[in-house]
Amino acid sequence: MSFRLHVLHYVLLGLAAVYVALRFVDRGQSRRYARWTIVAIGALLVLSPFAWLVAGVFKTREALNEYVFFPPLSKWSETMTLDNFRELFEGRPSIRGPVYFWEYFLNSTVVATVITTVQILFCSMGGYALAKYEFRGKVALTLFMLGSMMIPSALLLAPLYKMIVDLGLVDSLAGVIVPLMVSAYGIFLFRQACITVPGEMLDAARLDGCSELGIYFRVVMPLVRPMAAAFCLVAFLANWNAFFAPNIFLHSDDKLTVPVVLNLLLGVYRQKQGVFLAGTALAMIPPAVLFFFLQREFISGLTSGAVKG
Amino acid sequence: MKVRHKGPAPYLFLAPYLLLTAVFFIVPFVNAITLAFYETNGPRSRAFVGLDNFRFLLHDTNFHTALINTTLFALVSVLVQLPLAMGLALLLNSGGSRIRGVFRLMFYSPNLVGQVLVGILFSVLFTPRYGLITRGTDALLRWGIEARWLTDPPLIMPAIVLSSLWLWVGFNMIYFLAALQTVDKSLEEAARIDGASPWQVFWHVTLPSMRHVVVFVVIMSVIGSYQLFELPITLLSESNGFGAKNAGLTLITYLNYYGFRSGDLGLGSAVGWVVAVIIFTISLIQIRVGKLAED
Repeated sequence: MSFRLHVLHYVLLGLAAVYVALRFVDRGQSRRYARWTIVAIGALLVLSPFAWLVAGVFKTREALNEYVFFPPLSKWSETMTLDNFRELFEGRPSIRGPVYFWEYFLNSTVVATVITTVQILFCSMGGYALAKYEFRGKVALTLFMLGSMMIPSALLLAPLYKMIVDLGLVDSLAGVIVPLMVSAYGIFLFRQACITVPGEMLDAARLDGCSELGIYFRVVMPLVRPMAAAFCLVAFLANWNAFFAPNIFLHSDDKLTVPVVLNLLLGVYRQKQGVFLAGTALAMIPPAVLFFFLQREFISGLTSGAVKG
Repeated sequence: MKVRHKGPAPYLFLAPYLLLTAVFFIVPFVNAITLAFYETNGPRSRAFVGLDNFRFLLHDTNFHTALINTTLFALVSVLVQLPLAMGLALLLNSGGSRIRGVFRLMFYSPNLVGQVLVGILFSVLFTPRYGLITRGTDALLRWGIEARWLTDPPLIMPAIVLSSLWLWVGFNMIYFLAALQTVDKSLEEAARIDGASPWQVFWHVTLPSMRHVVVFVVIMSVIGSYQLFELPITLLSESNGFGAKNAGLTLITYLNYYGFRSGDLGLGSAVGWVVAVIIFTISLIQIRVGKLAED
């Protein structure tokens, strides 16, 4: 305890000494060092839960509490284990026989992938129409769309649940997917992206005899690809991590999605936290992979809607 | 330049949106209006009760607690989280583009995780004596190894706020960073030459020229804060998201519990309307204030 405290004091003292020394040398230089020190400390704080999680899922129950991060290498044989994953992947009994964790993974994948794909198609079509056509009711429709984004989804959930029951879609993945096949936010983002497409280009395509649908697929879509990539990630993240609606709409053990089931495991494995932590770590992988491939488009696309105003 | 095109094309392009919105937005929206005046027991049976749902909310102390907690959370979000995000954005803004990209990625990464997973992860990080956060606060500040973040009423809200900071600071930072890049550097330079301090330059030049984004981010944060639900329900899963002495109870947790778990969708709708009206009013005020600031 006191040892750790001493280390911290030395680090702080050292930093202060470096700062003072640099201040005498070059003011701008010392500012820069101080700036990046703060940023680096912030980044360490932000990343530490990830490091903790990665270490945690491989530790036995006792080691999880004993060591903050990884135990020393010499003790790995008795502290590191795959039991958490083994237990996670074991079938859990339900009315319809054992259900395995990968089934929830599959459910989540279906839900998130289908919603994302359909949303990209429908939202880009709608956004393009709002950006590049003049038609009756356009202003009213745009205002309605922006206004609808302010309505909290929780308000609609109760009547929507009733509707899903009436349609016979309750407790099915379709019931989670169908109401979310289009998003006002997505239409807004694609509208912002399509506005920058030059009208002359569309006219030229028209003169060449291209149909309206052809223009959308061959001229507009390639140009708004960065936005499509950005929105792909936004939509996938939102639906992969969705909890509120799936938690209400899905009941059977074999229909649940990953966040819903992890929330349940939280209660089941209160004494064996490694199990649901392993599930949590696995659930982070698909979004991370997608983010890795789309990150460049993602940052520019996400912010363009807000920055362009 | 707008394309002068006559024909059904725009309507056809918008058809999926119009159709799906009519069925899954407008119909539930209209039903939500009437539903709030009924007492229901599950989705099938209902009885008209007039304004009783709202009258009940007016007198229910749990609802008052939820309203206060949620408002407090929204205030803290705007007053703590956004300045932190802005500070980080300012720190990162002047670096080289590569190092900026790397740090931006790091600060954004919690957002990939999603609220439920963050809640689950942090519910373990807050474990007294063994959790990363209790150990960390003890090592750095010599405080908190026995702190019962998730069971001690005065610590419950701070625990929720702390988890939300981890999740959202980097997210909002991305917006601020993007806006900072569009600020006219020559304006800032001119102010600096005129003898303005860095603080004055920020307050009088930088901030006003990114006000659109600031208003946008503030509105999004308030809207998000009033819908706080996934974090408390997972952090405080032992008490259905309520927390000891209802210290972590939020409006949507209340809605979820009374509307869906107890099956009174009418009462749930009434709560939904209160949240909608609050969000709508605050958003309008903020847009107004944003407009005033422009003049």
